[in-house]
Amino acid sequence: MQEIAMSLLDIVQNSIKALATVIHIQMKDSQKENVIHIEVKDNGKGMDEETLKRVTDPFFTTRTTRKIGLGIPLLKENVETTGGYFHIESQLNQGTKLICEYVKNHIDTPMMGDLVETLITLIQGHENIQFIFEYVCDDFEFVLNTQDIKDILEDVSIQEPAVILWLKEYIKEGLRK
Amino acid sequence: MKSLEDLKKIRALAKSNLAMRNNEDNEYRVVVGMATCGIAAGARPVLNTFVEEIAKANLPVTVMQTGCIGMCTLEPIVEVFDKDNHKTTYVLIDPKKAKEIVLRHLTHGEVIEDFTVGQYKK
Repeated sequence: MQEIAMSLLDIVQNSIKALATVIHIQMKDSQKENVIHIEVKDNGKGMDEETLKRVTDPFFTTRTTRKIGLGIPLLKENVETTGGYFHIESQLNQGTKLICEYVKNHIDTPMMGDLVETLITLIQGHENIQFIFEYVCDDFEFVLNTQDIKDILEDVSIQEPAVILWLKEYIKEGLRK
Repeated sequence: MKSLEDLKKIRALAKSNLAMRNNEDNEYRVVVGMATCGIAAGARPVLNTFVEEIAKANLPVTVMQTGCIGMCTLEPIVEVFDKDNHKTTYVLIDPKKAKEIVLRHLTHGEVIEDFTVGQYKK
Protein backbone atom coordinates (compact mmCIF):
# COMPACT_ATOMS: atom_id res chain seq x y z
CA MET A 1 0.00 0.00 0.00
CA GLN A 2 1.28 3.44 -0.92
CA GLU A 3 -0.24 5.20 2.09
CA ILE A 4 -0.93 4.42 5.73
CA ALA A 5 -4.44 5.80 5.19
CA MET A 6 -5.02 3.15 2.51
CA SER A 7 -3.81 0.37 4.81
CA LEU A 8 -6.22 1.66 7.43
CA LEU A 9 -9.11 1.56 4.98
CA ASP A 10 -8.09 -1.96 4.03
CA ILE A 11 -7.92 -3.41 7.54
CA VAL A 12 -11.15 -1.76 8.63
CA GLN A 13 -12.83 -3.68 5.79
CA ASN A 14 -12.04 -6.80 7.84
CA SER A 15 -14.05 -5.41 10.77
CA ILE A 16 -16.90 -4.62 8.39
CA LYS A 17 -16.83 -8.16 6.96
CA ALA A 18 -16.93 -9.44 10.54
CA LEU A 19 -20.28 -7.65 10.87
CA ALA A 20 -19.10 -5.15 13.45
CA THR A 21 -21.62 -2.49 14.47
CA VAL A 22 -19.10 -0.33 16.32
CA ILE A 23 -15.59 0.27 15.01
CA HIS A 24 -13.19 2.27 17.10
CA ILE A 25 -10.11 3.67 15.37
CA GLN A 26 -7.38 5.31 17.41
CA MET A 27 -4.40 6.91 15.85
CA LYS A 28 -1.38 8.65 17.29
CA ASP A 29 0.97 10.45 14.95
CA SER A 30 3.83 11.80 17.02
CA GLN A 31 7.07 13.36 15.93
CA LYS A 32 8.20 13.59 19.55
CA GLU A 33 7.75 9.89 20.22
CA ASN A 34 8.71 9.03 16.65
CA VAL A 35 5.74 6.70 16.17
CA ILE A 36 2.61 6.28 14.16
CA HIS A 37 0.44 4.12 16.34
CA ILE A 38 -2.85 2.68 15.10
CA GLU A 39 -5.47 0.64 16.94
CA VAL A 40 -8.64 -0.73 15.40
CA LYS A 41 -11.13 -2.33 17.74
CA ASP A 42 -14.40 -3.85 16.60
CA ASN A 43 -17.33 -5.74 18.09
CA GLY A 44 -17.60 -8.10 15.12
CA LYS A 45 -17.80 -11.85 15.22
CA GLY A 46 -14.15 -12.32 16.18
CA MET A 47 -11.98 -15.33 15.41
CA ASP A 48 -11.08 -18.54 17.17
CA GLU A 49 -7.45 -19.26 18.00
CA GLU A 50 -6.96 -21.43 14.95
CA THR A 51 -8.11 -18.70 12.54
CA LEU A 52 -6.19 -16.02 14.42
CA LYS A 53 -2.96 -17.94 13.93
CA ARG A 54 -3.50 -18.01 10.19
CA VAL A 55 -4.50 -14.42 9.45
CA THR A 56 -0.95 -13.30 8.80
CA ASP A 57 -0.51 -16.10 6.27
CA PRO A 58 -1.01 -14.71 2.74
CA PHE A 59 -2.40 -18.04 1.60
CA PHE A 60 -5.26 -17.85 4.04
CA THR A 61 -8.48 -16.02 3.26
CA THR A 62 -12.19 -16.47 3.93
CA ARG A 63 -13.08 -15.02 0.57
CA THR A 64 -14.16 -17.26 -2.25
CA THR A 65 -13.23 -15.12 -5.28
CA ARG A 66 -9.56 -16.07 -5.02
CA LYS A 67 -7.23 -18.02 -2.82
CA ILE A 68 -4.98 -15.42 -1.28
CA GLY A 69 -5.60 -12.70 1.27
CA LEU A 70 -3.00 -9.96 1.39
CA GLY A 71 -4.51 -7.29 3.60
CA ILE A 72 -3.09 -8.29 6.97
CA PRO A 73 0.17 -9.90 5.73
CA LEU A 74 1.00 -6.72 3.78
CA LEU A 75 0.33 -4.49 6.75
CA LYS A 76 2.39 -6.68 9.09
CA GLU A 77 5.28 -6.68 6.64
CA ASN A 78 5.05 -2.91 6.13
CA VAL A 79 5.01 -2.17 9.83
CA GLU A 80 7.78 -4.58 10.75
CA THR A 81 10.19 -3.36 8.08
CA THR A 82 10.10 0.04 9.78
CA GLY A 83 11.15 -1.50 13.07
CA GLY A 84 7.64 -1.26 14.47
CA TYR A 85 5.31 -4.01 15.58
CA PHE A 86 2.03 -5.65 14.71
CA HIS A 87 -0.32 -7.33 17.11
CA ILE A 88 -3.78 -8.80 16.72
CA GLU A 89 -6.03 -10.31 19.33
CA SER A 90 -9.50 -11.67 19.00
CA GLN A 91 -12.22 -13.48 20.80
CA LEU A 92 -14.93 -15.43 19.07
CA ASN A 93 -18.26 -13.59 19.22
CA GLN A 94 -16.65 -10.66 21.05
CA GLY A 95 -14.58 -8.82 18.51
CA THR A 96 -11.08 -8.17 17.32
CA LYS A 97 -8.42 -5.66 18.23
CA LEU A 98 -5.54 -4.87 15.95
CA ILE A 99 -2.57 -2.76 16.97
CA CYS A 100 0.24 -1.65 14.77
CA GLU A 101 2.98 0.84 15.19
CA TYR A 102 5.31 2.30 12.59
CA VAL A 103 8.60 3.97 13.44
CA LYS A 104 7.76 7.40 12.06
CA ASN A 105 11.11 8.52 10.68
CA HIS A 106 12.11 5.18 9.16
CA ILE A 107 12.77 5.39 5.44
CA ASP A 108 10.32 2.57 4.72
CA THR A 109 7.43 4.15 6.60
CA PRO A 110 4.83 5.09 3.99
CA MET A 111 3.41 8.59 3.98
CA MET A 112 0.24 9.13 5.98
CA GLY A 113 -1.80 9.86 2.88
CA ASP A 114 -5.35 11.03 2.75
CA LEU A 115 -7.08 10.16 6.02
CA VAL A 116 -10.04 12.34 5.06
CA GLU A 117 -10.80 10.19 2.02
CA THR A 118 -10.40 7.01 4.03
CA LEU A 119 -12.89 8.14 6.68
CA ILE A 120 -15.36 9.44 4.13
CA THR A 121 -15.17 6.17 2.23
CA LEU A 122 -15.93 4.20 5.40
CA ILE A 123 -18.81 6.41 6.49
CA GLN A 124 -20.31 6.66 3.01
CA GLY A 125 -20.40 2.91 2.51
CA HIS A 126 -21.65 1.77 5.89
CA GLU A 127 -24.58 3.67 7.24
CA ASN A 128 -25.33 1.21 10.02
CA ILE A 129 -21.88 1.08 11.53
CA GLN A 130 -20.87 3.48 14.26
CA PHE A 131 -17.36 4.76 13.63
CA ILE A 132 -15.40 6.38 16.41
CA PHE A 133 -12.23 7.98 15.16
CA GLU A 134 -9.69 9.48 17.53
CA TYR A 135 -6.63 11.18 16.17
CA VAL A 136 -3.84 12.60 18.30
CA CYS A 137 -0.64 14.31 17.21
CA ASP A 138 1.81 16.51 19.07
CA ASP A 139 -0.19 19.72 18.60
CA PHE A 140 -3.86 18.82 18.60
CA GLU A 141 -6.42 16.07 18.66
CA PHE A 142 -9.58 15.36 16.72
CA VAL A 143 -12.45 13.05 17.60
CA LEU A 144 -15.32 12.06 15.37
CA ASN A 145 -18.12 9.81 16.54
CA THR A 146 -20.62 9.15 13.77
CA GLN A 147 -23.31 8.56 16.39
CA ASP A 148 -23.11 12.27 17.36
CA ILE A 149 -23.65 13.20 13.74
CA LYS A 150 -26.54 10.76 13.37
CA ASP A 151 -28.17 12.17 16.51
CA ILE A 152 -28.19 15.64 14.96
CA LEU A 153 -29.41 14.34 11.61
CA GLU A 154 -32.37 12.51 13.19
CA ASP A 155 -34.10 10.69 10.32
CA VAL A 156 -31.88 12.09 7.57
CA SER A 157 -29.31 9.53 6.39
CA ILE A 158 -25.63 10.13 7.02
CA GLN A 159 -25.20 8.93 3.42
CA GLU A 160 -27.07 11.94 2.00
CA PRO A 161 -24.66 13.50 -0.50
CA ALA A 162 -24.93 16.94 1.14
CA VAL A 163 -24.05 15.42 4.52
CA ILE A 164 -21.08 13.53 3.08
CA LEU A 165 -19.73 16.69 1.47
CA TRP A 166 -20.14 18.57 4.77
CA LEU A 167 -18.43 15.75 6.70
CA LYS A 168 -15.53 15.85 4.31
CA GLU A 169 -14.92 19.54 5.04
CA TYR A 170 -15.51 18.98 8.75
CA ILE A 171 -12.91 16.20 8.97
CA LYS A 172 -10.49 18.22 6.84
CA GLU A 173 -10.71 21.11 9.29
CA GLY A 174 -10.51 18.77 12.27
CA LEU A 175 -7.30 17.23 10.94
CA ARG A 176 -6.03 20.69 9.94
CA LYS A 177 -5.49 19.73 6.33
CA MET B 1 -15.29 26.83 10.14
CA LYS B 2 -17.75 23.97 9.72
CA SER B 3 -20.03 23.91 12.73
CA LEU B 4 -22.65 21.44 13.85
CA GLU B 5 -25.15 24.27 13.24
CA ASP B 6 -24.47 23.91 9.51
CA LEU B 7 -25.36 20.29 9.83
CA LYS B 8 -28.80 21.21 11.20
CA LYS B 9 -29.38 23.38 8.14
CA ILE B 10 -28.36 20.49 5.89
CA ARG B 11 -30.78 18.27 7.76
CA ALA B 12 -33.67 20.66 7.14
CA LEU B 13 -32.77 20.96 3.48
CA ALA B 14 -32.38 17.22 3.03
CA LYS B 15 -35.76 16.63 4.61
CA SER B 16 -37.51 18.91 2.15
CA ASN B 17 -35.59 17.35 -0.74
CA LEU B 18 -36.56 13.86 0.39
CA ALA B 19 -40.22 14.82 0.50
CA MET B 20 -39.94 16.03 -3.08
CA ARG B 21 -38.32 13.01 -4.65
CA ASN B 22 -40.07 10.44 -2.54
CA ASN B 23 -41.67 8.45 -5.33
CA GLU B 24 -38.83 8.71 -7.75
CA ASP B 25 -36.84 5.51 -8.08
CA ASN B 26 -33.11 5.68 -8.36
CA GLU B 27 -32.06 5.61 -11.96
CA TYR B 28 -28.72 3.85 -11.46
CA ARG B 29 -26.72 2.02 -8.84
CA VAL B 30 -22.94 2.38 -8.94
CA VAL B 31 -20.89 -0.31 -7.19
CA VAL B 32 -17.16 0.11 -6.56
CA GLY B 33 -14.88 -2.79 -5.52
CA MET B 34 -13.14 -1.87 -2.26
CA ALA B 35 -11.07 -4.92 -1.29
CA THR B 36 -7.28 -4.86 -0.85
CA CYS B 37 -6.81 -5.13 -4.62
CA GLY B 38 -9.20 -2.28 -5.35
CA ILE B 39 -7.81 0.03 -2.69
CA ALA B 40 -4.21 -0.58 -3.76
CA ALA B 41 -5.15 0.16 -7.37
CA GLY B 42 -6.78 3.47 -6.48
CA ALA B 43 -10.45 2.70 -5.84
CA ARG B 44 -10.74 5.17 -2.98
CA PRO B 45 -10.41 8.38 -5.05
CA VAL B 46 -12.61 6.77 -7.71
CA LEU B 47 -15.38 6.12 -5.19
CA ASN B 48 -15.10 9.61 -3.75
CA THR B 49 -15.18 11.16 -7.21
CA PHE B 50 -18.47 9.37 -7.88
CA VAL B 51 -19.93 10.49 -4.56
CA GLU B 52 -18.90 14.09 -5.10
CA GLU B 53 -19.85 14.44 -8.75
CA ILE B 54 -23.22 12.75 -8.21
CA ALA B 55 -23.90 15.03 -5.23
CA LYS B 56 -22.94 18.13 -7.18
CA ALA B 57 -25.18 17.20 -10.12
CA ASN B 58 -27.91 16.00 -7.73
CA LEU B 59 -28.43 12.80 -9.75
CA PRO B 60 -30.80 10.05 -8.58
CA VAL B 61 -27.97 7.54 -8.25
CA THR B 62 -26.87 5.38 -5.31
CA VAL B 63 -23.18 4.70 -4.77
CA MET B 64 -22.30 1.45 -3.03
CA GLN B 65 -19.16 -0.46 -2.07
CA THR B 66 -18.42 -4.13 -2.41
CA GLY B 67 -15.50 -6.48 -1.80
CA CYS B 68 -13.31 -8.15 -4.37
CA ILE B 69 -15.09 -8.46 -7.72
CA GLY B 70 -12.64 -11.14 -8.84
CA MET B 71 -10.52 -9.55 -11.54
CA CYS B 72 -7.86 -7.97 -9.36
CA THR B 73 -5.58 -6.96 -12.24
CA LEU B 74 -8.39 -4.87 -13.75
CA GLU B 75 -9.10 -2.85 -10.60
CA PRO B 76 -10.43 -0.28 -9.94
CA ILE B 77 -13.62 -1.90 -11.19
CA VAL B 78 -16.94 -0.09 -11.25
CA GLU B 79 -20.28 -1.74 -11.97
CA VAL B 80 -23.23 0.34 -13.09
CA PHE B 81 -26.69 -1.22 -12.72
CA ASP B 82 -29.66 0.38 -14.41
CA LYS B 83 -33.28 0.25 -13.25
CA ASP B 84 -33.80 -3.14 -14.88
CA ASN B 85 -30.66 -4.46 -13.19
CA HIS B 86 -28.67 -4.55 -16.42
CA LYS B 87 -25.01 -4.38 -15.52
CA THR B 88 -22.19 -2.51 -17.22
CA THR B 89 -18.72 -3.39 -15.91
CA TYR B 90 -16.08 -0.71 -16.25
CA VAL B 91 -12.43 -1.62 -15.60
CA LEU B 92 -9.18 0.23 -14.86
CA ILE B 93 -11.08 3.32 -13.78
CA ASP B 94 -9.44 6.48 -12.46
CA PRO B 95 -11.03 9.70 -11.16
CA LYS B 96 -10.96 11.25 -14.65
CA LYS B 97 -12.80 8.30 -16.20
CA ALA B 98 -15.18 8.32 -13.23
CA LYS B 99 -16.14 11.91 -14.04
CA GLU B 100 -16.77 10.91 -17.62
CA ILE B 101 -19.00 8.02 -16.53
CA VAL B 102 -21.02 10.40 -14.35
CA LEU B 103 -21.46 12.78 -17.25
CA ARG B 104 -22.07 10.37 -20.12
CA HIS B 105 -23.57 7.27 -18.56
CA LEU B 106 -25.28 8.43 -15.37
CA THR B 107 -26.52 11.74 -16.78
CA HIS B 108 -27.14 10.91 -20.44
CA GLY B 109 -27.57 7.15 -20.37
CA GLU B 110 -24.73 6.42 -22.78
CA VAL B 111 -22.61 3.31 -22.11
CA ILE B 112 -18.94 4.17 -22.64
CA GLU B 113 -17.80 1.12 -24.57
CA ASP B 114 -14.10 2.05 -24.40
CA PHE B 115 -13.98 1.60 -20.62
CA THR B 116 -15.89 -1.68 -20.44
CA VAL B 117 -14.44 -5.06 -19.60
CA GLY B 118 -15.68 -6.36 -22.97
CA GLN B 119 -13.56 -3.78 -24.78
CA TYR B 120 -10.53 -4.58 -22.63
CA LYS B 121 -10.66 -8.30 -23.44
CA LYS B 122 -10.69 -7.69 -27.21
